[in-house]
Amino acid sequence: MTEGSIVGSFIVPVHPHTVLAPEQNEGWQRLRDAFDEAAQRIKDADADLLIIYSTTWPSIIGHQIQADPNPEWVMVDNDFHDLGSIPYSFNIDADFAHAWNVANEKRGLKSRTVNYTGFPIDVGSVVALKLLNPDNAIPAVIVSSNVYANRSETTVLAKSCLDVIKATGRKAVAITAMSLSNRMFTAPIDPKDDRIHSLKDDEWNRKILEFLGEGRLEDVGQLSRTIHQQIRVQKVVAFKPMWWLSGMNDNRNNLSGEVLAYEAIHGAGGAVVHLDPTPSGAGDKEYDEDDVEFFSGERNVLDAEEEHELIEDSVAPTSSGPELWEPTTGEHSVNSEAAPKPVGMYPHARKVGDLLYLSGVGPRQPGTNAIPGGPICDENGQALDYDIKAQTKAVVDNITRILEEAGGSIEDVLDVTSFLVDMDRDFSGYNEVWAETLGKVGPTRTTLAIRALPTPIAVEMKVIARAPTTE
Amino acid sequence: MTQGEIVAGCLAPHPPHLVYAENPPQNEPVAEGGWEQLRWGYERLRDSLKDVEYDAIVLLSPHWQTYVGTHFLGLPNFKSLSVDPVFPNLFRYHYDLNIDVDLTSKIHDKAAKAGLTVKMMENPDFRVDYGTITTGHMFNPAWDKPLVVISSNRSRDYYSVEVMQEMMIELGKVTREAILESGKKVVVIASNSLSHRHFTTESAIPEDMSKEHITSHAMHLWDMRMINYFRTGQAQRILDEMPEFTEQAIAESDGGGLSWLLSTLDTPSYPATLHGYGTIIGTGNAIVEWPERDHKEAKQ
Repeated sequence: MTEGSIVGSFIVPVHPHTVLAPEQNEGWQRLRDAFDEAAQRIKDADADLLIIYSTTWPSIIGHQIQADPNPEWVMVDNDFHDLGSIPYSFNIDADFAHAWNVANEKRGLKSRTVNYTGFPIDVGSVVALKLLNPDNAIPAVIVSSNVYANRSETTVLAKSCLDVIKATGRKAVAITAMSLSNRMFTAPIDPKDDRIHSLKDDEWNRKILEFLGEGRLEDVGQLSRTIHQQIRVQKVVAFKPMWWLSGMNDNRNNLSGEVLAYEAIHGAGGAVVHLDPTPSGAGDKEYDEDDVEFFSGERNVLDAEEEHELIEDSVAPTSSGPELWEPTTGEHSVNSEAAPKPVGMYPHARKVGDLLYLSGVGPRQPGTNAIPGGPICDENGQALDYDIKAQTKAVVDNITRILEEAGGSIEDVLDVTSFLVDMDRDFSGYNEVWAETLGKVGPTRTTLAIRALPTPIAVEMKVIARAPTTE
Repeated sequence: MTQGEIVAGCLAPHPPHLVYAENPPQNEPVAEGGWEQLRWGYERLRDSLKDVEYDAIVLLSPHWQTYVGTHFLGLPNFKSLSVDPVFPNLFRYHYDLNIDVDLTSKIHDKAAKAGLTVKMMENPDFRVDYGTITTGHMFNPAWDKPLVVISSNRSRDYYSVEVMQEMMIELGKVTREAILESGKKVVVIASNSLSHRHFTTESAIPEDMSKEHITSHAMHLWDMRMINYFRTGQAQRILDEMPEFTEQAIAESDGGGLSWLLSTLDTPSYPATLHGYGTIIGTGNAIVEWPERDHKEAKQ
């Protein structure tokens, strides 16, 4: 099976005017025409799945994914109920929804599917599916926007979705249902008088659209917090749909972008934008935030024991692994609460003269013992898919913690011996993370292929570092 | 015509968990109980009002969120299925509620005359929000009183808590005037919780009370501070501290319900009755009654 991919992305406005009353305002009609053009492009791309991230479906318990194969009801907008009703009957890909939910859990996210008769599909999703998929020919998936989620959670949500797209060979279109500036007029207006609420909002919208027109999606993602502060009503955390959409496009900045329409809807900024994956040749990005692979934020607030067990079972089958030890505390030992526990009787590091010798460091996480990127096998020894880049990054993070405990930093690393359990599969990914991290520090390095490590991990590093000077 | 009267004002929160735990026939999911402290609080509130005659319930729900002014349900009856988009596993309720359109129109018209942006909601396909239904059910499970349902204008999101309060206090004043002029006896209800920071995970059994507690000590302190003001008749201090409370406790008072309620009661200086307090998925919830019928002298 060919690996699946994103064949196109769209940004579309959420308010019901484009469905119910496009004729009342020339701008609303231009948005409607742009929706129709977008629908045609989706058909032409031969897409077989539409994935909608909707900002008008807020959630609290993680993210929710619609899994009713055929949700039907009549939608009436909370504000614009006088425009009329929108009956809907959609074609939802429940199998994909369930697979995405599982993929989320594997990457540390809380999510759940919903399949209930009468579930109120939100206005943004209804408008998008009505206009982009008028004959329901293409199955769709809808995901909520978690009110508490920030960048890492939203980025990982996209990556888990990509995991499923790739694994199932789908030709997917990613859609964000959203406003740009979202400040509406707070009183009724004559439709013919509609305009963007303020010049400042309009200027920001045009700057965002200039970026998107050049295919610079990740740049818009990087500006998300600033955009939120400048032109968004402060009711949710951040301008997060751009994080999701950028994640769905591998955080690329060289897409081929085209703004199909930009108009006001009751003062808010509404745009239909097409982002094609064809490289545009646009410039590189200034990438100043972590490329998160696994969400390990504070979400398990109930602190229920069974939930800890669930996480450990799913990502770190340590119950079948070696016993964990407290690090030994002999003379000149250096141990850190922020590093994973040893699997034998030894310290995290030992200082001798001007040097620090670290015990082999793997990617296991302190506290949970979870393995970012997943373990290489289950408790029965069956091989699992795992992410070598996430594991390698976690190793470097653990090394950093131990060195910081000793009063130093990652800059002190002098020599590294790396062990890989699958050189053919993993060297490239390991090498890539190395180049972004320790490679910039400049230690000498030796990389060895070995048969196994004591825990189900793919990479371990043995480090010699400069010891921090003491008074 | 006899002058109308507000017989009581109530803070009556709407988490759907309470209806879920009650297992009424209208709700599809089935629970093994849970959140008893609050459900017993609602029992005490109902008991407190069981011998009090009134004609209608005027309710402001933070979960009908409108950005273009304040809206009112404007048809005589609404009947449908309400599924909570956040907790659909707990709340799928078949409702059938009647609206006092006459009283609604009076409040609407007075608000418009006072310069507030208002709109009647007259689309028969409109689904009533789950906050209205939850509070409506817990306060009056028989559904034998007509309602006036007022949306939550999100002016706090657009402007500030101060602007929100200014608008809601004005809305409260005209609500009171319309009620007094209507000749009807009315209960006014704000359907909001206090501190409003949720857990973002749900236990395997949602009604497992061993997992239920406030999200943080700071939230608890704010809730107790507000409850102390309720119980000691210091409504003005609540209004004065509303910006800090709303920001620091992420309080659901951001929807304007509590400010509106206190304004309809003419900023009461008599003690309210606390019928119950408890947490629901980490949020703080109080069931409070201001028995205005017993304090007419304060309004002379």
